Amino acid sequence: MKTITLAAALFAAGTLAASAQQLAPSPTLDAIKARGHLECGVHLGLPGFSFANDKGEWTGLDVDYCRALAAAVLGDATKVKYTPTSVQQRWPILQSGQVDVLSRNSTITFSRNATLGLNFQGINFYEGQTFIVRKKANVKSAEELDGASVCVAAGSTEEKNAADWFRERNLKVTITNFQKNDDAITAYDSGRCDAYTAGVGALAGQRAKLKVPDDHVILTKPISNDPQGPVTRYGDERWQLIVRWVLNGTIAAEMLGVTSKNVDEMKASSKNTEVRRLLGAEGGFGAMMGLPDDWMYKAIKQVGNYGESYERTVGMGSPLKLERGQNQLWTKGGLLFTPPFQ
Amino acid sequence: MSKALAFINDKRVRDVFYQAALLIGLAALLVYFIRNASQNMVQAGIASGFDFLWRTSGIEVPFVLTNYTQSDNILSLFWAGVANTLLVTAIALVLATALGFLIGIARLSSIWLVQAIAGAYVEFVRNIPLLFFVLFWYFGVIAALPAPRASLSVFGVAFLNNRGLTIPLPDAGANFKYAFIAIAISCLLHWLFLRWAKRRKEQTGQDAPVLRVGLVLLLLVPVLALAWATLATRWDIPVLRGFNYRGGFVVIPEFVALLAALVTYTAGFIAEIVRGGIQSVPHGQIEASSALGLRPGQTLRLVTIPQALRVMTPPMTNQYLNVLKNSSFGAAIAYPDVVSLFMGSALNNTGQAIEIIAMTLAVYLVIGLAVSAFMNWYNARIALVTR
Repeated sequence: MKTITLAAALFAAGTLAASAQQLAPSPTLDAIKARGHLECGVHLGLPGFSFANDKGEWTGLDVDYCRALAAAVLGDATKVKYTPTSVQQRWPILQSGQVDVLSRNSTITFSRNATLGLNFQGINFYEGQTFIVRKKANVKSAEELDGASVCVAAGSTEEKNAADWFRERNLKVTITNFQKNDDAITAYDSGRCDAYTAGVGALAGQRAKLKVPDDHVILTKPISNDPQGPVTRYGDERWQLIVRWVLNGTIAAEMLGVTSKNVDEMKASSKNTEVRRLLGAEGGFGAMMGLPDDWMYKAIKQVGNYGESYERTVGMGSPLKLERGQNQLWTKGGLLFTPPFQ
Repeated sequence: MSKALAFINDKRVRDVFYQAALLIGLAALLVYFIRNASQNMVQAGIASGFDFLWRTSGIEVPFVLTNYTQSDNILSLFWAGVANTLLVTAIALVLATALGFLIGIARLSSIWLVQAIAGAYVEFVRNIPLLFFVLFWYFGVIAALPAPRASLSVFGVAFLNNRGLTIPLPDAGANFKYAFIAIAISCLLHWLFLRWAKRRKEQTGQDAPVLRVGLVLLLLVPVLALAWATLATRWDIPVLRGFNYRGGFVVIPEFVALLAALVTYTAGFIAEIVRGGIQSVPHGQIEASSALGLRPGQTLRLVTIPQALRVMTPPMTNQYLNVLKNSSFGAAIAYPDVVSLFMGSALNNTGQAIEIIAMTLAVYLVIGLAVSAFMNWYNARIALVTR
């Protein structure tokens, strides 16, 4: 009898102790931990955003996000399996659960959010659509493209944007829709089209794929706003929370001056409470999501903050040489913003 | 008791029962799949249903046969794609059959060189994937054609460049309507004349001037009618302005490349069917017809071909269906067929994969069954009538 009472008491205590740490179930996070790597959907090959080099290593701004997420969740930025996706494949691959997150240069739009069963978790790149044309065509702005043929990837926001934009201005262009970005670029390069249209950042990277990149010029004035960021499925709120706050964390790190170089020192000696909470020195923020408290420390240490990623992949430290522009912190004239770690 | 249940032992009753049970089982399975899929989609927050067909498409199509424009709904986009699929399939069927017959007969030629070239062609074509053909023709066609400013001019009214062949378009089609009615009447007259000539030949043995009447009705009348319509119509002649020619109708290079790929590829297979069909006619038949005094041309026309056709028709049906299905390779080179427009652009804009793929599937199924039905009818018509 005594033993039964004792056992019951222990059981009750145990249940209570367990319930104190009870988190909403996250099948996605459990699956990632069980398989030991993150499944990340990326672009088929877009220099600066997601591109596999000759050694098969993936680099780019979108890839860096996957790496930061893997570092936060698994403690190791290399534990990512990349699934290259075409314009057509990207949504089904995420909807069907083949990837945990899509970080693929895809524009956030209302109808995608409302009808695809997908949530956009923030913005890691403010993109704007523009055109690349041959220098000898002597075109200075998109308005001068009246009568031109334009190559585009079918099913992209650019396809519809371009059609709308020219129609609103009563300009007649022929839009030829290819299934893959690369097919559209090849067709443009072989003379099928007068222009190829995509985002400014995407074009800066894709330009390298042309036979003679210097014969072409990218029009500077964008015709649209195309904010892009990581995407998740509906459901599994805790996983969506992690995806959102890892992105916020990399931006916050830049705001707070935490870099991959000084992260150890900041964690040990920073007096700033937000820095201490971000890096897991206090507050126990990681545990609230079911992650180790040093989740962002690992991510910053191994991948760097947003600014470091930007400069390395698409900014001045890369062949793309893109200005920060809108992708600068809001305190420095850009649009990049994160809610506080509080 | 045993009498009441005697029908259980009736084989026919049991056969019907088993088949009905299987059918009900299959139907139940289908219903289960559909319900399951739609429930899961609702749970995952993915839109379902066919409402999207009435949303504005917003997609610009470079090659339209219907009166689709960018501001029409997605259903119109679907029909525009179906029309383009039908167009390339229909023309490819005719041209591939003609080229296939030519190569098939060339394979049986007594001239060694002709035979060798035809044989090499067949072997080459049969061992290369179709996608290669499509891409080869596409980039080949674009690379071979000049830029718009250096267009090849055809009598100053049509212009060929790497944006396609720009041809003049009639401002109004009324004159052409009359011309086509005249041609149709002329064809009908020719058919009636042939029937009459055949019956007279059978009854009296007298020949009718088939060739001369044929030339007049099938060549002279159409040429005159079209010439009159061409001259009597005001034309929208393309003019070079800015980047390219304006006005007229543009036959895009994607269409030409896909057509060329389908024709050259399928002709290789049809050639083999033709060769096999001709060779399947027993040699005794040809000897017998020459013993009856038929000339070689008559032997081919009256003895060999009719019997060869019987053997050729069923495998030809397969090839025709292949052409239809292979036309979807157009998606690889931006030919705006139903796969490219509907399963590519529309699917991506709406995300309604199941509905769109089911509709695209239905398109191929319906056209395919129609082609099969026609070929089966033709097969039954030419089948050997045995008593």
